[in-house]
Amino acid sequence: MAKGRKMSNYIKLIALGLVTLFAMIGTNYARDLAYQVHAIIVMIVAGGLFLHTLRRTDEPKVAPAGLENEYFDSVIRAGTIATAFWGVVGFLAGTFIAFQLAFPALNFEWAEGLANFGRLRPLHTSAVIFAFGGNALIATSFYVVQRTSAARLWGGNLAWFVFWGYQLFIVLAATGYLLGGTQSKEYAEPEWYVDLWLTIVWVAYLAVFLGTIIKRKEPHIYVANWFYLSFIVTVAMLHLINNMTIPVSIWGSKSVIVWPGVQDAMIQWWYGHNAVGFFLTAGFLGMMYYFIPKQAERPVFSYKLSIIHFWALIFLYIWAGPHHLHYTALPDWASTLGMVMSVILWMPSWGGMINGLMTLSGAWDKLRTDPVIRMMVISLGFYGMSTFEGPMMSIRAVNSLSHYTDWTIGHVHSGALGWNGMITFGALYYLVPALWKRESLYSLRLVSWHFWLATLGIILYAASMWVTGIMEGLMWREVDANGFLVNSFADTVAAKFPMYVVRGLGGVMFLAGSIIMCYNLWMTVRKAPAKEASLTVPVPAE
Amino acid sequence: MELYTLLRQFADSWMLLFLFTFFIGVIVWAFRPGSTKAYKDTANIPFRHDDAPAPSQDQPAATKEARA
Repeated sequence: MAKGRKMSNYIKLIALGLVTLFAMIGTNYARDLAYQVHAIIVMIVAGGLFLHTLRRTDEPKVAPAGLENEYFDSVIRAGTIATAFWGVVGFLAGTFIAFQLAFPALNFEWAEGLANFGRLRPLHTSAVIFAFGGNALIATSFYVVQRTSAARLWGGNLAWFVFWGYQLFIVLAATGYLLGGTQSKEYAEPEWYVDLWLTIVWVAYLAVFLGTIIKRKEPHIYVANWFYLSFIVTVAMLHLINNMTIPVSIWGSKSVIVWPGVQDAMIQWWYGHNAVGFFLTAGFLGMMYYFIPKQAERPVFSYKLSIIHFWALIFLYIWAGPHHLHYTALPDWASTLGMVMSVILWMPSWGGMINGLMTLSGAWDKLRTDPVIRMMVISLGFYGMSTFEGPMMSIRAVNSLSHYTDWTIGHVHSGALGWNGMITFGALYYLVPALWKRESLYSLRLVSWHFWLATLGIILYAASMWVTGIMEGLMWREVDANGFLVNSFADTVAAKFPMYVVRGLGGVMFLAGSIIMCYNLWMTVRKAPAKEASLTVPVPAE
Repeated sequence: MELYTLLRQFADSWMLLFLFTFFIGVIVWAFRPGSTKAYKDTANIPFRHDDAPAPSQDQPAATKEARA
């Protein structure tokens, strides 16, 4: 055993040393700035880890006993902090680019090519989806899989590798966007070496999650774990197929995709829509199926419905992608198939929503007293709204009006802010007192403030985008008696200004709510009274 | 036969049939006799082991108690 650990320690040292050396060479030979900066980041991280490992080589290691009788929660605590941090970063970036659209002067001359809208926009989308949402998914999945399997996380410190590896992925992706290292695929912008790194981290994530399920002490796999598992597996598949690229040079960030033309477009939106379906829906439904019953203190409304919900959702979502490609080179039959599947998808989506909402039946009074459950319930409300709006917009005739307009952006945000944001906030409000063993949250009043700021912010956002989206769609297609287009593109931009300002204000409110949340969670850890029963169990002070 | 045609024909015949039967099978399975009772237990999983994992196999009595 000890010999085996020594051996793996040397292998680790050799690997880290080689990576550091390679990154040093990369820094020198780099063909573009993004690659060079990434090589420096990798060099510092790998070099630092090398020294860290070296200093602890041959130190006698005290194997902590009885760990199997405790949950592995330190990594989840780190995950909740990362979720809150990246959330604020992502919302801030989003609010700033919203004002860049309203006031183009905010695309500062001196920051051209670094912080103009085109560079910051993918930073915003990835920060909210992958950094905020991804950390929330990893942290909650580790929490839920342990509690519902009645077993400690599998793989020891592998969970820490998943956490830090994922943060490194986020940093590489974000710096890459700012410096122009992007393959210009929506929600899949990171270049080839960042994709490879994410693949390694993701396989480790799957191993930790699946390993815990395999060694579970409960005979059944709780439905939340089904959703989490489908999210992990499907995202792995989507990521691999959509990022089949050949690097131009091993010393540069540029790569070329192997898929030709319309096949590439189809695969991109097969990926893109299932990123929505499995990352932002299935994963977050896993959260829903655990945290809503826990917060409402009653089991899910219908377990049968949850099983049908699961299978119907994953059978249908995978087909919906082509509705992003109406009126393109994609054959009509393919986009019709996508459209039909999207409309059928409405049913499982609402089935799941009803299942979540009805979990509160008999406990509706909690809505009045508990702002955390209010947050979870409104997230389901927004889920229901955007899963009705989505199928409607996928219908070809509606799409001919809505596509390329800001209606799409409004739709995405009512789903992302309303559903993903609110259910994550609810989960964070549940998790922080549970993880730091506190009696309750620091202030329920502040949760109410967060709730109302966020809700009104989303309403301002969605309403202004409906108005501006339908307006610009109608302006683009308006023709005079002779069949000439009436409006130039610049006319539509000018007409959109007031709605852009309202949208920005909605963003400010949502951001303010999230900052209040961070303060409240911070004070919960600092000031809230500790849970009496757990005073004997030591908690690391963080 | 061309590979595309072969896969295409397989996809919209046998594979379609398989996926469809599988899905119907899941629904039938969810409503099988006795499922209500079994699912009642399963639905309560989140309320059992909040603070610590279930004790290991050599302490069966404690496991039973945790389930009660």
